[in-house]
Amino acid sequence: MLKILKYSIFDLLRSRWSYVYFFFYLLLGFVLLFLNSDMNKAIITLMNIIIVLTPLIGTIFGIMYYYNSKEFTELLLAQPIKRSKIFMGQYIGISLSLTLSLVLGLGIPFVAYGLFKSAAIFDFTLLLVVGSFLNFIFVALAYNISLSTENKIKGFGYAILMWLFLAVIYDGLFLISLVMFNEYPLDKFSLAATMFNPIDLSRILILLKLDISALLGYTGAVFKAFFGTAYGMFSSMGILILWVLFPVLNIIRKSNKKDF
Amino acid sequence: MINIKNLHKKFGKLVVLDDLNLEINKGGVFAILGPNGSGKTTLIKSILGMVIPNKGEILYKGESVLKQWEYRKDLNYLPQIANFPANLTVVELINMVKNLRSSATNEKELISLFGLTPFLKQKLGNLSGGTKQKVNIVLTFMFDNNLIILDEPTTGLDPIALIYLKDLINKAKEEGKTVLITSHIMSFVEEISDEIVFLLDGKIYFKGSIDEIRRETNSTTLEIAIANLIKKQYA
Amino acid sequence: MKNIMIIFLLFSLVGHSKTIEVCSSCKTKSIQVAVSKAVDGDTVLIKKGLYKEFDIFVDKSIHIIGENNPIIDGEKKGYVFKIQADNFTLSGLTIKNVEQSYTKDYAAVLVMRSKNFRIENNILEQVFFGFMIEKSKYGIISNNEVSSNAQKEASSGNGVHMWHCKNMRVEGNKVHNLRDGLYFEFVSHSFISNNTSYKNLRYGLHFMFSNNNEYHHNEFKNNGAGVAVMFSKFIKMHHNTFHFNWGTASYGLLLKEIYDGEIHHNYFEQNTIGINIDGCTRMNYENNHFVRNGWAIKFTGGCYLNSFMFNNFMNNSFDLSYNSKLNDNKFEANYWSDYTGYDLDKDGIGDVPYRPVKLFSYIVNQTPETLVLLRSLFVDIINFSEKVSPVFTPDDLVDSKPIMKEIHDKY
Repeated sequence: MLKILKYSIFDLLRSRWSYVYFFFYLLLGFVLLFLNSDMNKAIITLMNIIIVLTPLIGTIFGIMYYYNSKEFTELLLAQPIKRSKIFMGQYIGISLSLTLSLVLGLGIPFVAYGLFKSAAIFDFTLLLVVGSFLNFIFVALAYNISLSTENKIKGFGYAILMWLFLAVIYDGLFLISLVMFNEYPLDKFSLAATMFNPIDLSRILILLKLDISALLGYTGAVFKAFFGTAYGMFSSMGILILWVLFPVLNIIRKSNKKDF
Repeated sequence: MINIKNLHKKFGKLVVLDDLNLEINKGGVFAILGPNGSGKTTLIKSILGMVIPNKGEILYKGESVLKQWEYRKDLNYLPQIANFPANLTVVELINMVKNLRSSATNEKELISLFGLTPFLKQKLGNLSGGTKQKVNIVLTFMFDNNLIILDEPTTGLDPIALIYLKDLINKAKEEGKTVLITSHIMSFVEEISDEIVFLLDGKIYFKGSIDEIRRETNSTTLEIAIANLIKKQYA
Repeated sequence: MKNIMIIFLLFSLVGHSKTIEVCSSCKTKSIQVAVSKAVDGDTVLIKKGLYKEFDIFVDKSIHIIGENNPIIDGEKKGYVFKIQADNFTLSGLTIKNVEQSYTKDYAAVLVMRSKNFRIENNILEQVFFGFMIEKSKYGIISNNEVSSNAQKEASSGNGVHMWHCKNMRVEGNKVHNLRDGLYFEFVSHSFISNNTSYKNLRYGLHFMFSNNNEYHHNEFKNNGAGVAVMFSKFIKMHHNTFHFNWGTASYGLLLKEIYDGEIHHNYFEQNTIGINIDGCTRMNYENNHFVRNGWAIKFTGGCYLNSFMFNNFMNNSFDLSYNSKLNDNKFEANYWSDYTGYDLDKDGIGDVPYRPVKLFSYIVNQTPETLVLLRSLFVDIINFSEKVSPVFTPDDLVDSKPIMKEIHDKY
């Protein structure tokens, strides 16, 4: 698997898009910090961007890489390599190279602006951790879609739809259902609904750091137990890991059954 | 060497291989022929483990290949369309496949044979279709194995490369290896094959030498013989 | 001979007053005995040691001074000092273990109907109430530290508790782990400055019916509910810091029925609510700094003629929450970090008005659980549409001259 991983990363690192992605984050970081030297504000703006953009980029990259390297995958399939290793190698390759672009692209400007001397370092680290998780989750989801869709255009369409659903539509439905049923106790429901969407989950993780003062304003005991203690942080992280694990296991399951 | 029993494969509702049985126990060149959609590629890919059959058994050297991968060390495969990662150079790709299989290779000979030396440092994305197919051939023939599977090997090749390809196949035959080929170029098949395996409706409709097939269909050439066989399907 | 000379000199300096020393090896071993021996103008000098005494009654103008931190242990039996005298001093003492009660307000130091006094540099530990000052004037309470281990509101008391006082100064005290750090009821014309009040169960500072007071340079941190000020007029609060007051009913500052006050140059950081304004009228809020609060400002009752100018609103989850569609308050020339407008004429003032009330803050008021959707893309979209055409939020609540850059006349 390490060999496949090596070649996938090698391949991606040489592709134009990794650089475009890297330079995009680099530019974003510098522009944000140049416009206002307040690191906290830059981090809040970044959070809004990362939560929406890393899933989108991860999805598109995953889909594109799968379809573009389809013949190459077939070549590998004819080699004496276990199937799951081929797909895991590719999957980890894409996710890692995206994560690298994100961490370096944002890390360089923030370090240049004195991150290590700033109190914002924890918030920033959390942001990168969450961004990396989102990369791994959405590349895996994209792989799931592409493994079950032969048609490239269709696969691309489904993937974008999935992103749109998780990034926007889900929250819309969520908000509407909360407002409609607001006579009922909803704190358990709202926490559960958050867990079922990795974007929401990541958002909550960042809110725990950036907006804890507002979150603690809510009266529900469940909320209080969740947000007021380390419990929220740990359980969110745990579920994010599950969000990586399940799609990945499904990639293995699907790829073992698939005909090429 | 290869023993296929009761092989079934459906894609959705479409039955592609229907209770197919095939046994190849000796060396030589076997051409797998059949009309479009008769299941040639599916059969090859089943042997390679790329297509997972619904039912049946495939034995290679007496052992089942289903869900296995190590046996692929002992066979060479040339896929239909050589579409490689665009960002790798030729030499990187060759080294990578070598690295993946870690068996002895003779790629240098093949590279000079097909005149690929000037292209070694080029990215695969910039190569023409024919050159890519040459790279494909190098990747296939650089290992020394008893089973060689070639799916449409002539695609895009210039006449000289085609001659070299035939030489390679003949050499393999002389060494007693088994070569499975699919092709639409009947003259090429006629020239190099020892035996024809003709697929129709997911079954082996005919298996025998070129002479036998000609005799059976009262045809002068292989091309006409095959055409006659296919006509029956349309009738 | 030399010593006699010095003593003679000292005596001549303080007139005819004398000093009574208290210590375990002295002639006077009890503080209460020393106090009863003393006459107006005398000094009771308590030397280092542990004194187990309570209900020490002082009704003379004397100076009770601790030398090298003597400890007075009340052994949880009632008050420690009960003072009813003018022109007295109480300083340098460590007082601990005051009785807790559900019916009587036992205090380490009770001062009644006194004036011109000075209480300074004392340390009060494990108290029920710390300083309880009633019906007094012209007193100074400075540089004391009062603490306890309050667990429940009903069984704990306040650090500095004043009732019906005038012209007092409370300066540089540290009060923590009590019910209310500082508590004033019917106190007027007083100055409260440079105090630090933290980790109190309920309020860091709590005052009611206390007009014409000035609060400045105090710090309030990690208090259960923050600072509550109610039913008072003409108060001034400036250069105070309110931070880390987190919880469901927590705020940096609660203003209830306050009229004609000035709130300026304060720093509100990471409170659940920066200022909760309930029924306040004719108040000016200027040059305050609101940083990363849940809600920078939350209006709950009818508020009229409040003016907010030159404040910085930095990275709050919500800048403003408003309870009605009517607006009679003025927001002008503040800096809002969420402002996305532009300044084409380069005069430092944004060319498009800023709307501090978001649709989402309205939704959260109605359905608090929606808070988990904070900073979601969908929420940004609905906020944007509300910004373009206000339906649910007051359409005249705008800052028409938002400042482009953070205002640096701060703190």
